[in-house]
Amino acid sequence: MADGDMQTLEAFRQEARDWLEENCPPSMRTPMKDDEIVWGGRRETFTNPESKLWLERMGEKGWTAPMWPAEYGGGGLTPEENKILQQELRRIKARPPLFSFGLWMFGPALLEFGNEEQKKRFIPDIVKGKTRWCQGYSEPGAGSDLAGLQTRCEDKGDHYLINGQKVWTSYANEADWIFCLVRTDRTKKHEGISFILFDMESEGVEARPIKLISGASPFCETFFTDVKVPKDQLVGEEGQGWTIAKRLLQFERSSISAGGFGGTGGSGILGPEEYAKMHVGTDNEGRVADGDLRGRITDHKMYAKAFSLTVQRSTEQAKAGQEVGHTASILKYGAAKMNQDRHELLIEALGTEGLGWDGEGFEDSAKKATRGWLRSKGNSIEGGTSEINLNVIAKRVLGLKEHQ
Amino acid sequence: MTFVLTEDQQMLRDTAMSFARDTLPVTHLRELRDSGANGVDPMAREKLAELGFFGVLIPEEHGGSDFGLVGMGQILEAQGRTLAATPLLQTGVIGASALTLGGSQAQKAEWLAKIAAGEVLTALALDEGAHHNPAGVATEAERDGQGYTLTGAKRYVPDGHQADLFIIAARTHGEPGDSHGISLFLVPKDAVGLSVQALNTVDSHGAAHLSLDGVHVDDAQLLGDADKGLDLVEPVLDRAAIAQACEALGSAQAAFDMTLEYLNTRKQFGQLIGSFQALQHRAAKLFTELEMTRSCVAAALSAVDEKANTISELASLAKARASETVHLVSNECVQMHGGIGMTDAHDSGLYMKRARVQEALYGGASFHRDRYARLNGY
Ligand SMILES: Cc1cc2nc3c(=O)[nH]c(=O)nc-3n(C[C@H](O)[C@H](O)[C@H](O)COP(=O)(O)OP(=O)(O)OC[C@H]3O[C@@H](n4cnc5c(N)ncnc54)[C@H](O)[C@@H]3O)c2cc1C
Repeated sequence: MADGDMQTLEAFRQEARDWLEENCPPSMRTPMKDDEIVWGGRRETFTNPESKLWLERMGEKGWTAPMWPAEYGGGGLTPEENKILQQELRRIKARPPLFSFGLWMFGPALLEFGNEEQKKRFIPDIVKGKTRWCQGYSEPGAGSDLAGLQTRCEDKGDHYLINGQKVWTSYANEADWIFCLVRTDRTKKHEGISFILFDMESEGVEARPIKLISGASPFCETFFTDVKVPKDQLVGEEGQGWTIAKRLLQFERSSISAGGFGGTGGSGILGPEEYAKMHVGTDNEGRVADGDLRGRITDHKMYAKAFSLTVQRSTEQAKAGQEVGHTASILKYGAAKMNQDRHELLIEALGTEGLGWDGEGFEDSAKKATRGWLRSKGNSIEGGTSEINLNVIAKRVLGLKEHQ
Repeated sequence: MTFVLTEDQQMLRDTAMSFARDTLPVTHLRELRDSGANGVDPMAREKLAELGFFGVLIPEEHGGSDFGLVGMGQILEAQGRTLAATPLLQTGVIGASALTLGGSQAQKAEWLAKIAAGEVLTALALDEGAHHNPAGVATEAERDGQGYTLTGAKRYVPDGHQADLFIIAARTHGEPGDSHGISLFLVPKDAVGLSVQALNTVDSHGAAHLSLDGVHVDDAQLLGDADKGLDLVEPVLDRAAIAQACEALGSAQAAFDMTLEYLNTRKQFGQLIGSFQALQHRAAKLFTELEMTRSCVAAALSAVDEKANTISELASLAKARASETVHLVSNECVQMHGGIGMTDAHDSGLYMKRARVQEALYGGASFHRDRYARLNGY
C-alpha cells in the first residue's frame, strides 16, 4: 500500500476513534444484556434509553452498514476503513447497535437486485433500524425443497394479490415488513417463483406465534388472505425470485458463520471448561477432574479454534481476490455443529444445575444455558438443514452426481 | 497471521508440487520398497539439495535461504501427497532448527552449511518408549572429565538408519519424567559405542533403534545448555509437529482426491457410487475436516515465521487435527474403494500405512489434545 493511503487510513482511525469516544454512550461499552438487544422497527421499545441514542447516532453516520453506499444511507467505507472501524469498535467493547435481518440478509440482496427506487425507499430505513424485516420463505409443504412453495401471487392489473401460508417465519409478529417468496407461475417450478415485499400491517396478513421447545416463541405461522401488494414492490423480474432467494441464502449462511447463531448466546454464561471445574471439580494440577469430559471439552475447543481460523482464512483469501466458495461452503455446517456441541457440553458440565426451567433455585445464567441448549437444536435446521448443506457441498463443491 | 501465500511462497509451492509429482510419485516409493531400499534414496537427496530445499530454514550466512517455515510447509505438503520418503523433515526442519536455535557459533559453522548442501543428514534421538514423551528420557550422560559418557537406548528414531549426525537427548540430572536435567548432544554415527539397528517399518520409510554403550562425547558436542535440553527441544518439537502436520495434510488431501475420483467413476446398481447420499455426506464431511485442518496448519506455519507467542498452542492444534484427519481420510479411502482398496497393488493401503506413522511421530492426537488443554488451563 502506498504511503499516502496509509496516512489517510491512520487519519481515518483517529477520526473514528474521536467520534466513537464522543458518541458511544457508557452503557453501550458494557457486555450486551439479552433484554437490551435492539432489533429496531416500529415496535422497538428500547429498554435502555442509551441503546436508542447509540442506534440513532450510528444509523445517522451509516455505520450500522459501514460498507453500503453512502447514497442509500450506508457508511460508504472501503474494506480497509471498515476493518479499522471494527477494530476501534472492538477496542472500546462497543455493543452492536442493531440486530437485523435487513442488515444481514435482505439489504445485501436488495442492493444487488433492487431497482433504484426500491433501494432509495428501503435501504436507508434498514441502516437506521426504522424498519424491521422478516423472511417469508418456508411453507408447510416446502422446507428443504423450498422451490416447491405454493403461496400464490396473481397479477390483478394494478396490483398483485397474495394468498397462502408461510411457516417458521422468525419474528413475523414483531416485524414491520416481509420479504417473501411467492409463486407467479404454476407451470414452472423454479422459474415460477418471484420475490416480493410488503407491509405486515397490510390487510389479510396474520402472524400466529409458535412456541418452541425452549419455551420462547421467536417464530410464527403466517397467513396471507387476499393481500393486495402494489406492483412496484416486486424485486427484479417476475420469475427471477429463485435466483434472488439463493443469493440471499448465501448472505444468511455467511452471516450465521461469521457471527454465530443469533439468540443462542445469553449474557453471563461461562465456558464449559469453567462449569466443569466448578461442578465436576479439579485435580491436584487444577485441571478438570473428569479426564473423559476434559478430553471432550478440549476436542470442542479445538474444533472451535479450527473453525474461527477457517473463517479468518476465508475472509483473507476473499480480500486477496482468491476463490473461496469451497471454504465458505463448509462454514454453516461447521457453525451448527460447533454451537450444538458447545451447548451439550455446557449442560453436561452444569449437571443438575443445568436442569432448571424457571423460578427460584437456579442461577439465571444456568437457566439461560438450558434454554440455549434447546434453542441450539435449531441450528442444524434453520437457514438450510445440515443434511442439505452436505448435499450442497457434495454436489456443487465436490462435483458428485445426482442419483438417477 | 496470514493465510495467503506471497508470490515467492506460491512459486516454491508450485516447484515442490511438480517435483513431487514428476520425480517422487507414489510409484517411486513402491520401487524403493520392492528393491529393499528401506526409504534410503540417494537420488531424492541429491535433487532436494540441488533445489535448495534443505536450506530453507537455514540463515544465509550458513548457506541457506532463510525462507521460513511457511515455505518449508509447502514442500512437505507436496511430499506428503506422494508419500515421498525423504530426509527433509528430520534434517531440513529438525536438524536445521535445533542448530539454528541452540547451536554455538562453532557448531553452526561446522554443521549448518553441510546440512544446507545435503551433505549431512541428521536425526533427533529423543523418545525411548513406544509413545512420544519428551520428559521421559532415561539415557544417562555421566560426567567423565573432558565430557560425558552416554549409556542407554532410543527407540524408533526417524531417519536413524540413514543419519550422519544424531542429536541425542540424555539425562545429566534428575529422574525420567523431570523436565529439568536433560541435555542434548551432537553425536556422529560412527561414534564408538553407538550402534544403529535399522528397522523395516510399515510405511517403507524406515527408522532405527539406537543403543548407546558408553559413548564418549566432548563438552564441545553439548548442544545448548546442560540440563536445559528440554527448553531447546520444545520449540524444535513444535516445528517438527507442524512440519509433520503439513506432510499429513498433503497425504490426506491426496487420499481424498483419489477417493473422489473413484466415487465419480465406479458404477454399481447402474449408478455412480458417488451418487449415493450415504457416500456423498461422508465425502462432504471429509472435505470439511480437510478444510478446517488446512486452516490450522497454515496458522501454525505463519505463527512460527512471525515469532508469535501462540506457536505451541497452534502446533498442538495443527498436529492433533492433521493426525485425526489423515487417519479418517485414509480409512475412508480404503472403505470407499471396496475390495480393490485392500489390495497391495492399489495405493490406498500405502496412504493408510504412512498415516499411522505420521500420527505417531512427535505426538499423536491425544498427546496434543492434552497439551492444548494444559496450555489453556483446563
Ligand atoms: C429456529 C428456526 C428459525 C427459522 N426461521 C425461518 C425464517 O425466518 N423464515 C423462513 O422462511 N424459514 C425459517 N425457518 C425454517 C427452516 O428454513 C426450515 O425448517 C428448514 O429449511 C427445513 O425445512 P422443514 O422444516 O420443512 O424440514 P424438511 O425439509 O421436511 O426436513 C426434514 C428432515 O429431512 C431431511 N431432508 C430433507 N430433504 C433431504 C434431502 N434431499 N437429503 C437428505 N435429507 C433431507 C432434513 O435435513 C431434515 O432432517 C426456521 C427454522 C428454525 C428451526
